[in-house]
Amino acid sequence: MDHFPTSWGRPRNDAIDAFNTYPLHQRPHHAPKQDVFADGVQHTQQPIVTGTSILAFHYKDGIMMAADTLASYGSLARFKSIQRLHAVGSRTIIGASGDMSDFQYIQTQLDQVSIDEFTASDGHELGPAEVHEYLSRTMFLAYVDLLGTTYSATTIATGFGAHIAIPLLRSAVEGKENDLTEEQAREIMTTALRVLFYRDARSLDKYQIATVTDAGVNISEPLKLETSWSFAEGIRGYGSQTQ
Amino acid sequence: MTSIGTGYDLSASTYSPDGRIFQVEYANKAVENSGTAIGLRVKDGVVLAVEKLVHSKLLVPEANRRIQTVERHVGVATTGLLADGRNLANRVRDEASNYRSLYRSPPPIKELVSRLSMYVQVYTLHSSVRPFGCSTILGGIDEKGPGLFVIEPSGVSYGYHGAAVGKGRQLAKTELEKLKLSEISTREAVFEAARMQVIVLLDDPVVNLHLFSIHLVHDDAKEKDFELELSWIGDETNGLHLPVPKDLFEEADRKAKEALENFE
Amino acid sequence: MQVDISRLKAGEVNLGTSIMAVQFKDGVIVGADSRTTTGSYIANRVTDKLTHIHDRIYCCRSGSAADTQAIADMVHYNLQMYTQTSGGPPTVHTAASIFNQFCYENKDALSAGIIVGGWDKEVGPSVYNIPLGGGLFRQPWAIGGSGSTYVYGYCDATYKDGMSKEETVEFVKNTLALAMSRDGSSGGVIRMCVITEEGVERVFIPGNELPKFWEGDEVLTGLGKKRGVVPAAEPMAVEA
Repeated sequence: MDHFPTSWGRPRNDAIDAFNTYPLHQRPHHAPKQDVFADGVQHTQQPIVTGTSILAFHYKDGIMMAADTLASYGSLARFKSIQRLHAVGSRTIIGASGDMSDFQYIQTQLDQVSIDEFTASDGHELGPAEVHEYLSRTMFLAYVDLLGTTYSATTIATGFGAHIAIPLLRSAVEGKENDLTEEQAREIMTTALRVLFYRDARSLDKYQIATVTDAGVNISEPLKLETSWSFAEGIRGYGSQTQ
Repeated sequence: MTSIGTGYDLSASTYSPDGRIFQVEYANKAVENSGTAIGLRVKDGVVLAVEKLVHSKLLVPEANRRIQTVERHVGVATTGLLADGRNLANRVRDEASNYRSLYRSPPPIKELVSRLSMYVQVYTLHSSVRPFGCSTILGGIDEKGPGLFVIEPSGVSYGYHGAAVGKGRQLAKTELEKLKLSEISTREAVFEAARMQVIVLLDDPVVNLHLFSIHLVHDDAKEKDFELELSWIGDETNGLHLPVPKDLFEEADRKAKEALENFE
Repeated sequence: MQVDISRLKAGEVNLGTSIMAVQFKDGVIVGADSRTTTGSYIANRVTDKLTHIHDRIYCCRSGSAADTQAIADMVHYNLQMYTQTSGGPPTVHTAASIFNQFCYENKDALSAGIIVGGWDKEVGPSVYNIPLGGGLFRQPWAIGGSGSTYVYGYCDATYKDGMSKEETVEFVKNTLALAMSRDGSSGGVIRMCVITEEGVERVFIPGNELPKFWEGDEVLTGLGKKRGVVPAAEPMAVEA
């Protein structure tokens, strides 16, 4: 018989533990299973410090990925120079939108995985396909999706970028993946970032661009977006007003 | 070993009347008869070197390594029972990973040594286990600079400028003492380590005659009987523990044999 | 047995707070107000929210008093162990990492926003922010708690790299006074700790000696009408 009082069924006044055993003696295995998913690992249900879009696409020499440096706290632009791109080994770059604490957690996990790989001393290193697979099995990132959906494509964008930047990137990149020079790729990327800065209320004009090529991973210093506003000077009212 | 056969050597949990634990001493015997491992702690890093007997020509070259990487910046060279050495290396990997997950920074060398020592020591306490039959040279670089330690089967550990364990340790230590270890670079230490291993090997009375022909006559057929392992951690490796690259390895190996040839 | 977490937490003592930490040339200054509330009742008007974590490391706590005290105690314990086993004091980063770990792994059960500041001989002064979800962010200056939202602009406009100790004390004092004056959940006195290689110095500003800023120079009695022009409203009078 289980002698633990909380296992005997519900007491008469069951609002709060009538036997006064909570929380000191609460043992999780006594509690009835909540549902069939109770054993599952649930990560953050409510993101708090968040990053916005990540953009990435193929070009001639490899991959280009970009993100702004903002970590928001609701609508507050709380951390303005946070790096949201992270190199894993010498052939992979990951970028994250969504909860930044989870992103940092993923970074430390991947760091340990790459150490495990390094200490095997077999000359093998994790490549992007392996990292992608690892992430899709352990959590939810890669192409970000909280449900664990994954895909790969020649143009990828997350968050707001999935709505605004993807059409731009697709028309500029698809079919030309093997021809675009780095310079052209940068031009496409900054154009997309600029549009996002104009239209995403959780974005910043400070950004970083990363490339993965034969030469390895390179993450740029923070850069500033050129934006244009002067056209607005002559705008008057919202209809027929002229002065 | 005066008290062999008196019944006090059957368990690691039994002292002899004069206060010794024979099982630990026997473990040391396993180490003393094994190929020599040396470690050099120099100005900017650490070099590890192991000369191992290749007991069959059927073995794949560079297999069964005695030098293992346990962290980006830490390597271990073991001598004695190879499988025990693997177990210890895995333990250090776990400890390193554990340290990282708590403190989010690379583990200091002496922290790993202290944790490994504790692990090894526990195996000298119980009757149900045997002590590890290997001495471990653990070397690496941390915030305080290069570090080099030896962990013995008893669980005791010491820090060194130059360390040698295994069959040829005495001669190797004599050679190590001649060097100004804190002044030479890791690259120079690679050459010294290779040279020392050749000296040690030639000094071994059992293999001496047999080997003489290998190094001095360059008899290719026999050259595979012994295999040198070299690894380094220093400025040139960006603080990573890596096998010495092939070209440098061959240069060091060749020079070591040449030096000896001139010496003889 | 099912026990609703939110019920257990109802009526919890909260640090609706203004806290901050600023890195300067020779060290770090951490500062906080002293108000602790349960709902709108001030449970303690002279709280010390600056918590000693190690010889040269302090944290500022915001969120649940119980949660943050428990975490601070655990980190304190961990760092004592660390000091004994490693033979030297921990870095600020080490302390912040342990805070980060507790906060991240228990994010669903905690309400804790913590700023860690201090000095170590590896990197000198540093400030880390561990906000609600349990991220870890290094910053030259950090503000936190409910009052901080009112003073981001002031801090952005005022902070400069490489300030002296005196300038930094002034910056922290003014920021907290402004936050306390606009945030109902902050108030009382200002406490500060100046952490340098030499040691930790406490600075105290009593509630009646806070720096004064614009408070409105007169009470307006009617829309756009100045006192004196129109007679002051009489109690119980019925306006025409």
